[in-house]
Amino acid sequence: MRLSPMIAGFLSALAPFAALAEEKPVLTIYTYDSFVSDWGPGPAVKAAFETYCACTVEFVGAGDGAALLARVLIEGADSPADVVLGLDTNLTAEAAASGLFAPHGQNPELDLPVSWSDPLFLPYDWGYFAFVYDRTKTVSVPADFEALAASDLKIAIQDPRSSTPGLGLLLWVRKAYGDRAAEVWSALSDNIVTVTPGWSEAYGLFLNGEADAVLSYTTSPAYHLIAEGDDTKAAMPFTEGHYLQVEVAGRLAASDTPDVADRFLAFMTTDAFQSVIPETNWMYPAKTPAGGLPMGFETLVIPSEALLFTADEARDIREKALAEWQTALSQ
Amino acid sequence: MADRAQPVARTLATGGVPAALLLALTLGTLAFVAVRADGFSALGPADWVAVRFTLWQAFLSALLSSLLAIPVARALARRRFPGRGLLIALLGAPFILPVIVAVMGLLAVFGRAGLLNDGLALLGIPPVSIYGLGGVVLAHVFLNLPLAIRLLLQSWLAIPAERFRLAASLGMGPQEVSRFLERPMLRAALPGIFLAIFLVCLTSFAVALTLGGGPRATTVELAIYQAFRFDFDLGRAALLAVIQATLSLTAAIIALRVTVPAAFGAGLDRPIERWDATGGLLKLQDTTAILLAAAFLVMPLAAIVLRGLPALATLPGPVWQAAARSLTVALASMSLTIALALPLAIATARARSGLARGLDSLAMLPLATSPLVLGTGLFLVLRPVADPVALALPVTALANATLALPFALRILLPAAHAAEADFGRLADSLGMSGFARLRLMTLPRLARPLRYSAALAAALSMGDLGVIALFSDPDHATLPLQLYRLMGAYRMSDAAGAAVLLLLLSFTLFWVLDRGGRPDARA
Repeated sequence: MRLSPMIAGFLSALAPFAALAEEKPVLTIYTYDSFVSDWGPGPAVKAAFETYCACTVEFVGAGDGAALLARVLIEGADSPADVVLGLDTNLTAEAAASGLFAPHGQNPELDLPVSWSDPLFLPYDWGYFAFVYDRTKTVSVPADFEALAASDLKIAIQDPRSSTPGLGLLLWVRKAYGDRAAEVWSALSDNIVTVTPGWSEAYGLFLNGEADAVLSYTTSPAYHLIAEGDDTKAAMPFTEGHYLQVEVAGRLAASDTPDVADRFLAFMTTDAFQSVIPETNWMYPAKTPAGGLPMGFETLVIPSEALLFTADEARDIREKALAEWQTALSQ
Repeated sequence: MADRAQPVARTLATGGVPAALLLALTLGTLAFVAVRADGFSALGPADWVAVRFTLWQAFLSALLSSLLAIPVARALARRRFPGRGLLIALLGAPFILPVIVAVMGLLAVFGRAGLLNDGLALLGIPPVSIYGLGGVVLAHVFLNLPLAIRLLLQSWLAIPAERFRLAASLGMGPQEVSRFLERPMLRAALPGIFLAIFLVCLTSFAVALTLGGGPRATTVELAIYQAFRFDFDLGRAALLAVIQATLSLTAAIIALRVTVPAAFGAGLDRPIERWDATGGLLKLQDTTAILLAAAFLVMPLAAIVLRGLPALATLPGPVWQAAARSLTVALASMSLTIALALPLAIATARARSGLARGLDSLAMLPLATSPLVLGTGLFLVLRPVADPVALALPVTALANATLALPFALRILLPAAHAAEADFGRLADSLGMSGFARLRLMTLPRLARPLRYSAALAAALSMGDLGVIALFSDPDHATLPLQLYRLMGAYRMSDAAGAAVLLLLLSFTLFWVLDRGGRPDARA
């Protein structure tokens, strides 16, 4: 057993809180939990921004993207948050309608597969949803949802009611198949091993051999390749195109440090922030850093077409898509 | 009853504070969520499907767990064998695991790629799939059967040795012993055990969702989740939580009504000798029950340990920090649980039956409370007065203590009743009250169950993800949260290592606290 991290860990956790009276402004950023974790982008982003903002960054993790929005909506105008980071385009319509967010007033150059003009929210990363499989176990790879449904492959997916990737899949099928979505879901129902509460459970089931494929991102194989030297995982390219997840941040109108918050949003699309993203969040950076993407990303599947509902379309179609999903899978 | 003079006043004095705190934390937090709602939308047909599924799976899970516990607890009560103490201690383990870890362990045995299907494949039998109602019930039985066995075992061993001696001298065989001693005991103990498990399963979320196979297996807790996060509708969430609480309270009232207290009278705590259980067939029956239960419970645990052990030594520093934090929270939560449960148990044991039932059902409330509503309610309550994030760990300890309370009370109540019935009058006649009564009469009689409830409370808190997920900041992650974070960062093997660390820590904590309370008649 490695003693040093253990002892260091116990000591630092038991040490009394060193309360330092600081004059520097505090920038409070609400985000999803995996962003703030020791293995997420949070620690590096905090360190990078603090070196030149003369401020203290405080991250607060609140579950996932949907829980994050729920938290901000509950807190309303007196939320202590200055910046909310981690919503995706399926959630921004509700966030915008709350009136809690202020325009960012910026027009940075971005490397997104779609054009971007949202006045309230700025993207910091993005990815394509995809089914990830093991190349050594699955040889015949379906080329679209209908082929997947016709195959006897077993998949693990996430529940759209509790998971943002789950919601992304719902909208993917809807965007690709329109009113035929219910039909596709019915055909898929016998391929679905189970529907998990979140991404982690589904991905864990896949890695433990419970499912042949899992709904994740085209960038997921990069983790296995770069961090584990394992090239057996791959994403299935689907001919109907892949739905995008664009992750965004916005400043709250009631922020007590609007200047610092705006500077953070500007900082977000610079190299210092963007270069952290690929190997911590395992997504594509919104603006490719000058050094390019890490080695290994060039092996990833690039979908032929990017699918995305606008924020308003996503909000309007969500309930209908959920109902048809529930009906199709309850039979 | 000797304390007829002022029973209500005394009961309220002893049990009032914990009871009030309980009410505030359960119905109070629910009320807070409801107050913040903009209005209440009507429930749709899908919600009622969820209610039906929730009730049905909880009923099946509780029924199976309680029934299966009988032969195993009986076998453990009347047999002595090497490793018995360890097996009983291991019974604590599944219940205290974070749900996702338990599910992964179960799947290693019963899943598509599990041992069972590997075995079936060798025999040329097509694989079985557990996803669906079967999987949900299987997981709930795995998680709760050990608790049922442990609680039943305790009731079994609470039958004084003198009764078995008398039965033997009257020439009673196994059937008569079962009829005159064991059945009355079961009648007293089983409804409470059934109820506790039923209520735990009623608020099931992650198990039902992961193993349920799809939206067919939607529970009320998931519907609450959806209302909160998908529809941003506090009113709907509160309404669903009220339904959940009503179902739970109805179940509590029914279960407590069918409970008939057993009256075995006092004993001298002599070692129990079982003259009735020497037959070969009975021995075979007991051996089978113990072996099957041990295999069912130990195999998934072994799978978890085997999978995580390689990563244990190289776990990153933040995981160890989280472990230290979790230990602190667990010990705080344990102290709080005992501080609440002991007065409540004493008050319930002394109260007249109506009031006692009231207190007993009240103590079940935390099980009926949606963890999400409890967390959100606490958040709404705290926000105007303090920074909830800064209070993340104390709030977690408080919420954990609340959730452990019903179990602690289930464990303490039978012994508290017995102490009061057997020695209460003597204590009254000696004019013992207050601290002297507690020290000389109550605590000695409650020592074993107190240690067991402390152990369970600490271990439960250790493994609970709970409200910390709603209040987290980077510096206050507990071990279960850190485990989820590892999973969220693709680090599944580190997560498996963290699961083993969690299992080892919880189990050690449980073992150390419970050791003196091992329900071994020879102790």
